[in-house]
Amino acid sequence: MKKYTYTEKKDTRSGFGAGLHEAGKRNENVVALCADLVGSLKMDAFIKDFPERFVQVGIAEANMMGIAAGLTIGGKIPFTGTFANFSTGRVYDQIRQSIAYSGKNVKICASHAGLTLGEDGATHQILEDIGLMKMLPGMVVINPCDYNQTKAATLAIMDYEGPVYLRFGRPVIPVFTPEDQKFEIGKAWMVNEGTDVTIIATGHMVWRAIEAGEKLAELGIDAEIINIHTIKPLDEEAILKSVKKTGCVVTCEEHNKFGGLGESVARLLTTEYLAPQEFVAVNDSFGESATPDQLMTKYKLDPSDIVAAAQKVMKRKI
Amino acid sequence: MKHTISELEDIASQVRRDCLRMVHAVQSGHPGASLGCADFFTALYFEVLNHNTAFTMEGAGEDLFFLSNGHISPVWYSVLARSGYFDVSELATFRKLDTRLQGHPTTHEGLPGIRVASGSLGQGLSVAIGAALAKKLNGDKSIIYTLMGDGELQEGQNWEALMFAPFHKVDNIIASVDYNGQQIDGPTEKVLSLENLQAKFEVFGWHVITSDGNDMAEIVKALHYAKSLTGKGKPILNLMSTQMGYGVDFMVGTHKWHGSAPSDAQLELALNQLKETAGDY
Repeated sequence: MKKYTYTEKKDTRSGFGAGLHEAGKRNENVVALCADLVGSLKMDAFIKDFPERFVQVGIAEANMMGIAAGLTIGGKIPFTGTFANFSTGRVYDQIRQSIAYSGKNVKICASHAGLTLGEDGATHQILEDIGLMKMLPGMVVINPCDYNQTKAATLAIMDYEGPVYLRFGRPVIPVFTPEDQKFEIGKAWMVNEGTDVTIIATGHMVWRAIEAGEKLAELGIDAEIINIHTIKPLDEEAILKSVKKTGCVVTCEEHNKFGGLGESVARLLTTEYLAPQEFVAVNDSFGESATPDQLMTKYKLDPSDIVAAAQKVMKRKI
Repeated sequence: MKHTISELEDIASQVRRDCLRMVHAVQSGHPGASLGCADFFTALYFEVLNHNTAFTMEGAGEDLFFLSNGHISPVWYSVLARSGYFDVSELATFRKLDTRLQGHPTTHEGLPGIRVASGSLGQGLSVAIGAALAKKLNGDKSIIYTLMGDGELQEGQNWEALMFAPFHKVDNIIASVDYNGQQIDGPTEKVLSLENLQAKFEVFGWHVITSDGNDMAEIVKALHYAKSLTGKGKPILNLMSTQMGYGVDFMVGTHKWHGSAPSDAQLELALNQLKETAGDY
């Protein structure tokens, strides 16, 4: 197992904030919109340096999505910022008609996704957003795994022409990907090469997959770990290559098991290469109030859950 | 004036014929408010709008128009074709397989003149405001025009947008409301009353003007006046009274023709009331 270390912990939303600020410096067409959550989305640096390119919309997310769509018509690259719940479910029809169907170059940037939002509870902990967004034709869906990857992804989507959903979160987690990484939309990152089981993880679950990989190594199991940061378009080639080698797969995501990364992988495997799969995901449930760590344990998203899933799926190899 | 009022009225008559023939041909679509807004669209595209029929999405240096109540697509398609965005013969493809003239307007099929999809109601004003902000950022002095239905104002997103524009001094937008008092299930006052719309818009901070959208001379004058009000710190709202079905005696003033197509006999009766002035497509 390749050794991963970290020297600091940061939140992925701060990676977004840093990426947005850098995007503002690199391209004068970048504009940012926020629905009364500037601090939570870490947009302060952008607003300080580019006040004329920031639009405070107030608590009116539907209007924000429409305004963003309109801004693209004048050649702008709008980044909208609010919580994942209010970036997707609340404004699904606005995104569907004014952005996705209209092919608008809007970057929907969503913080506080998943259970790790913590104490605010289920009203704010969306676990369905990946599914909602990946079903929209032409929508790119990205869920980066740490501060550096989120910053790199924010810059990469600036250069991509078309609608994007960028999902990140609130908790501080290890920063373990390189600072100078090249982020390629739709290209998986090989975290660790192995032969016994493929572990595919996205977002906050990637570090947990690494911790699980270390435990599996102690048990004599050689896990291949792949980071799928881009859920759509899915890097089918990388997944198939790995699963053909290992013969089984565990998918890990901080999302409902319905509609998430796991189902995208299952669709691929059933059509291209049959192999057993286990899902480390939320089991069709809403979240609740507690600390992020308590919730990840209760909803079975811990490294130990990944280890158990890997052991189980290996026994089911065809 | 690029055209006389009489010339504009003649164009509007042809546009009304187009709308009825398009809807009749596929026995679906929304003739009522298409007829009611034929004068507005004609005035806008043939007299008021500074636009280029060699279409670009950005429309730099041009005025842009957004239709929020996308179901009145027949009147928009007719006016776009008649003003030169595409050949009028394409109107015959309305709502048919592989057409660019979808039931509701879309950018998806690449029809010149369309900049965003609409149909799901209440979204157009927000998009128009975004386009207006982009014009300002680009130092482009052009004006953004938009049209909403009155029933559509029951959608909450409109009120988010109505609150936003005055606060942010979006004074390069002229939003018109097709104030016909009708919606699918009946008169707006019976479905969900809009009450005093003018007062509502004014208290939100818009500069409100009123007009008769079925009087060509008046609507041209109103739109020119609205244009003179831009750049003064307030968005402009043209509360435009129209009659659904205007121009055809048995269709006028009722919601019954909101989304119903005329029969062969009804089409003939209707076309007999509308002069063919520029040749049917």
